Amino acid sequence: MSYGETEAVRGIDLEVSAGEIFAFLGPNGAGKTTTVEILEGYRRRTGGEVRVLGEDPEHAGRAWRDRIGIVLQSNSLDPYLTVRESLELYAGYFSHPRQVDETIALVGLEGKADERARRLSGGQQRRLDVGIALVGDPELLFLDEPTTGFDPSARRQAWEVIAGLRELGKTIFLTTHYMDEAQRLADRVTIIAGGVIVAAGTPEDLGEREQAATTIRYRDARGEEVSIETVDPVRELHRLTAAALEAGEELDGLEVTRPSLEDVYLDLTSTAEAAGE
Amino acid sequence: MSGLALVGHQLRFDQKAFWRNPASVGFTVLFPVLLLVIFGSIFGGDKVEIRGGQVDTDTYYVPAIITLAIISSTMQTLAMSLVIAREDGRLKRGRGTPMPAWVFIAGRVGNSIVTALLMLVLLAVIGGLVYGVHFPWDRVPAILLVLAVGAAAFSCLGIALTAAIPTQDAAAPIVNFLLLPLYFLSGVFIPDDQLPSGIIHFADVFPIRHFFLAFFDAYVPGGAHAVDWGHLLVVAIWGLGGLLLAVRWFRWTPRSG
Repeated sequence: MSYGETEAVRGIDLEVSAGEIFAFLGPNGAGKTTTVEILEGYRRRTGGEVRVLGEDPEHAGRAWRDRIGIVLQSNSLDPYLTVRESLELYAGYFSHPRQVDETIALVGLEGKADERARRLSGGQQRRLDVGIALVGDPELLFLDEPTTGFDPSARRQAWEVIAGLRELGKTIFLTTHYMDEAQRLADRVTIIAGGVIVAAGTPEDLGEREQAATTIRYRDARGEEVSIETVDPVRELHRLTAAALEAGEELDGLEVTRPSLEDVYLDLTSTAEAAGE
Repeated sequence: MSGLALVGHQLRFDQKAFWRNPASVGFTVLFPVLLLVIFGSIFGGDKVEIRGGQVDTDTYYVPAIITLAIISSTMQTLAMSLVIAREDGRLKRGRGTPMPAWVFIAGRVGNSIVTALLMLVLLAVIGGLVYGVHFPWDRVPAILLVLAVGAAAFSCLGIALTAAIPTQDAAAPIVNFLLLPLYFLSGVFIPDDQLPSGIIHFADVFPIRHFFLAFFDAYVPGGAHAVDWGHLLVVAIWGLGGLLLAVRWFRWTPRSG
């Protein structure tokens, strides 16, 4: 899949199954939006094969659009229409829309139904954005960075809404640059950096990487910093401490650290970006 | 919903948003009323020579300001509101739904034409009540024809103009920079008989003067004919040019970001 004169993304191989929440995770500029816009039918690709709901998005028509919902990266609301009116407007475009009141409840805006979009908070506007994408009752929903720039409580509310969609059996393609968001919501995660895929799997799979490398740090008898990476920290520590006891030495500043998922993610993406330059 | 029902659906919500937006109510609705009052108060009682005859200034300014109001509710409103919606991502979002592109555009143009008709009524009523400018009931078909051609043409020009406007902030300055001088040069603000012929020749290149004269002929009885097909044709040709440019250059996705 490539786009424009410089290849924005290449060799991206993805498969998303019906009914799953798929997270496409990567730093800004990694090629997430380019990829999702190709899948949504907004961008033309210069190569590769793409099938979304059985059709090539580049040539798909109204019947295909009737089955998808799109939430763009930035809010795109009419500031002067109320929550209810915005949903009624978009519901009219689809052949089998979801009931407006039901959609309002789904995104938790019951108390704000008659409020104009411009008077909503950022988090509420985003939930209305998701509601607009849901009001057509799509099979497949694209969410492009749904919580970027949110405060923690607004993020939590947005997450609850997205997690609730799982029960509706929707397929969700989520892009994000937050590891915890992918971990919290997704059935499967693919990490992209510098236009290529650097890791893929379930959040648990990616979590196992966490245990793969443990770092042991200390200062030896000469005061030199020693850092050991190991996959077997228990035996490694035993060996080190036994040797120290035998020699009557201390292990000054002994520290055992395991990288967080965030570290794994940053490590993966920075390596790929450096390689891409 | 069928295509036409969907246009009606779109138009209903566009109208709601229009009337709730203080900028559109202020500039499109109240500003022409204010101009009519100002020009009527300053120049009232004078005579203007136009089209080989003489009319009261009030009789002159009612059709002149209606001309401005029609251009404002079509070209100006469309150029500004479409750029704002484009940069907000609303046009892009609409393209991601099953709604056909033409429905969206037809809804917006319909919104402009409805507003133009309301402005015609409002300014004609003020002209009649405040300045005693009689509304020519026998000229209604001619007035509606000229309004329809003008509204369609200036709508096309407004849609085409969006391609030349890069950001939301640039919309108002660019639109005003184009329109305001032409209102002065085309006899909309300054009475026709005060304009040097060089200026009139220059203004004749653009559609505003032709639309003004066509509308003046339809609105003010006494001229030879209600519809001046020559002026109307120039307006239509400009509109067609705008349509071609719009089809080629209109974009649905934001320019920025």
